[in-house]
Amino acid sequence: MNSQTYAVSRSSRAARVSAIIGTLVLIILVAAPWWAGRADMRLMGELFLYLALASLWNLMAGYAGLVSVGQQAFVGFGGYMLFALTMFAGLHPITAIAAAGLLGALISVPVAVLIFRLRGAYFAIGTWVIAEVFRLGFAQVSALGGGSGSSLPVAIVKSLASKRAMRESISYWLALSAAVLVVASVYFFLRSRKGLALTAIRDNETAADSLGIDIWRTKFVVYVVTSAFTAMIGALIFLQKLRISPDAAFSVNDWTAFVIFIVVIGGIGTIEGPIIGTFVFFLLRETLADLGTVYLIVLGVVAILVMLKAPKGLWGLFRARFDVQIFPLGYRVSKRDPS
Amino acid sequence: MDWLNAIVQGTLLGGLYALFAAGLSLIFGVMRLVNIAHGDLIVLAAYLGLTVTTATGIHPLLAIVVVVPVMAAIGYVLQRGLLNQTLGDDLLPPLLVTFGLSVIIQNALLEGYTADPQKLAAGNLETASFAFGGLTLGVLPVLTFSFAIAVIWGLQWIFYCTALGRAFRAVSDNQDIAQLMGLNRRHIFGLAMALALAVTAIAGILLGIRTSFDPSGGGGRLIFGFEAVIIGGLGNLWGTLAGGVILGVAQTVGAKIDPGWQILSGHIAFLLILAVRPNGLFPRISA
Amino acid sequence: MPDPILKISGLNAHYGDFQALFGVDMQVDAGEVLAIIGANGAGKTTLMRSITGLLTNGPDQIMHKGTDIGRLRADEVALRGIAMVPEGRQLFPSLSVKENLMIGAQVLRPGPWNLKAVYQLFPILEERKDQQSTSLSGGQQQMVAIGRALMSNPELILFDEISLGLAPVIIRDIYRALPGIIGNGMSAIIVEQDISKALSVSSRVYCLQEGRVSLEDRSDTVAREDISRAYFGIE
Repeated sequence: MNSQTYAVSRSSRAARVSAIIGTLVLIILVAAPWWAGRADMRLMGELFLYLALASLWNLMAGYAGLVSVGQQAFVGFGGYMLFALTMFAGLHPITAIAAAGLLGALISVPVAVLIFRLRGAYFAIGTWVIAEVFRLGFAQVSALGGGSGSSLPVAIVKSLASKRAMRESISYWLALSAAVLVVASVYFFLRSRKGLALTAIRDNETAADSLGIDIWRTKFVVYVVTSAFTAMIGALIFLQKLRISPDAAFSVNDWTAFVIFIVVIGGIGTIEGPIIGTFVFFLLRETLADLGTVYLIVLGVVAILVMLKAPKGLWGLFRARFDVQIFPLGYRVSKRDPS
Repeated sequence: MDWLNAIVQGTLLGGLYALFAAGLSLIFGVMRLVNIAHGDLIVLAAYLGLTVTTATGIHPLLAIVVVVPVMAAIGYVLQRGLLNQTLGDDLLPPLLVTFGLSVIIQNALLEGYTADPQKLAAGNLETASFAFGGLTLGVLPVLTFSFAIAVIWGLQWIFYCTALGRAFRAVSDNQDIAQLMGLNRRHIFGLAMALALAVTAIAGILLGIRTSFDPSGGGGRLIFGFEAVIIGGLGNLWGTLAGGVILGVAQTVGAKIDPGWQILSGHIAFLLILAVRPNGLFPRISA
Repeated sequence: MPDPILKISGLNAHYGDFQALFGVDMQVDAGEVLAIIGANGAGKTTLMRSITGLLTNGPDQIMHKGTDIGRLRADEVALRGIAMVPEGRQLFPSLSVKENLMIGAQVLRPGPWNLKAVYQLFPILEERKDQQSTSLSGGQQQMVAIGRALMSNPELILFDEISLGLAPVIIRDIYRALPGIIGNGMSAIIVEQDISKALSVSSRVYCLQEGRVSLEDRSDTVAREDISRAYFGIE
């Protein structure tokens, strides 16, 4: 035996292969305006935004242990900020999206200080209260249309691009880059020191505490960053919709229930899970949406079954069979040929 | 006098919120479970009341006699068939499973009863009132408040004076040792959920007489109940009543300032108390 | 010959990937008092958890009067008349002294033990019956734990480390009371680190070492050096 027969590395063959495939897929997706129809582009744009929301929720619930059922607070907040900043402050829509993220981070600070006092499941309901406060609050702002909401003025829509096809392409590219940005940020964050600390906290809070990891601070940072991104996604969502109202902006079903189902079905606590979950969700939606309420009941039943029978979701089932990791987080030990 | 009236009406409204909250408080106390579907179960009880009253023509208050055992049975089956499997050290399964349940109940109600708002017709009871010290009190709100006191007194009695309550407290203290004493915790948890949903049934019927309801209203009721529990302090049933009253008063006083502010001012009162007294006003989690 | 109260054969027990017991064989006959000794981590508490059903065992590893109880839940085992005084007392803090005792009677088995009999055995508990159990001294808490187990009128009672953390004078009192408790034909297993105390009240002794039975002998004739060897594994 010599001591050099084992190698420790982060990368794996599957990861390298998938990185190459991923780059190719990305190039094809960027070119979508030249090969896809308008309806398909719309659908893909929506898919990317859900993918981003799901990755963010997964970062909070699956890694930081912050199970929120109130992410619609920041989706709606971002949407309203887009409207307010473009309509009253005269910002360009893209600048307004970035500003919405910044404001989302700002507002999430006092929110976090308050609701971090609640533990576990009570934290979850606390986030919902916050979302309700936001919804009722924005319904009181008559300049933004009050309870019935308002539409984005045509002049602002045109400032994005004067031609409709170009607007749709921009909107699509924004959604695609949001998804790529979020997934990449989550991935690199989890690989960083702070991210590893987060995984340590998830796996054992007491042990992490004794290692000197400041749990409160780490969770706080995750919450604020997630809120900022979620607000930006919210702004993008309502830039596509061009119309906003309190009920649509702060819908618990649209921005939290679906997102939770995506993550649970795909596999909570993995980076791949939300991606797979988003595809499964859209596949189900496009094939079953005609069933209306029955479709939602089916979705609920599937989520419960997955939670009980396969808590790591579809990706977990896949990984149990094949030891594959597309986004390598941990280090792996492999035997090196003694040549 | 207007302000006093708002406070009194808010207090009575608080009785309804305490009824929303009592079941939530009970199951958290016994098994540390937070049921996200709690509000939807309240709405489900109101719909069951609707079915019973329209099918038989009896008064909604009488329908309680039917809906309470039905909801209790649903609670027992739900706990033993589904929720017991989620209990453990991990927080996610119970939370996400009850969240899924919430969506299922909501959409099943939509499927069965459509989205149209419904109301339980209670005849004179809806509008009857009497004069009391210069104020006009509705019979229904006073009745609701009396129900809240009776229910909480009854739950206290069960908890501290009966073998069942002893078993609840023992299982809550230490599940393993309780099992060694011959208590099957799965059964005890089933009974706790049955009791919680029995209370939910009363809450649902009274809600349905008071206002119109539709399948999407569960979330709001969960939140009111939750706020009452946190304001009152975890594990304290009389505290929960106080929490309900504070929430109710905040809402009616807020509505007095501006009708659009009713619900919002309740939430703000909750957040203020959370900021000042994070453990609520009367915490007693040990019990 | 009637089936023994408890017959353990080839018992293995695991916590996840960690195996705590390896092929343990043991038998308790009616009316017999058994002592189990062994160092920390030898598997004594695991054995208690296996017998009482807090751990699930393989088929036919634990037989109670000829019936396989190794796969029953703890509450079902309790209903069959096996009670435990757990290590560290483990009273229910939100229950009063009397309520703690009443919980023991939950299994509704007929027999000589009831509140009155327990109060006769430990009069101090009647004086303190309405206090929170956590307000009692360690010795009194141990009395409650013993009384709680007796209230189920068990056929077999398990004492897990009853002298742990108690003052010597209290330990003496409790051991003095033991014959009166297990004298009525009840069988008992006493898990103890205090070897001489364990030998003084038992008829047979088993020693566990690293999850295996390292000694089985009569308590009155067992040789000290055999015990040391079985206990520490020193040849």
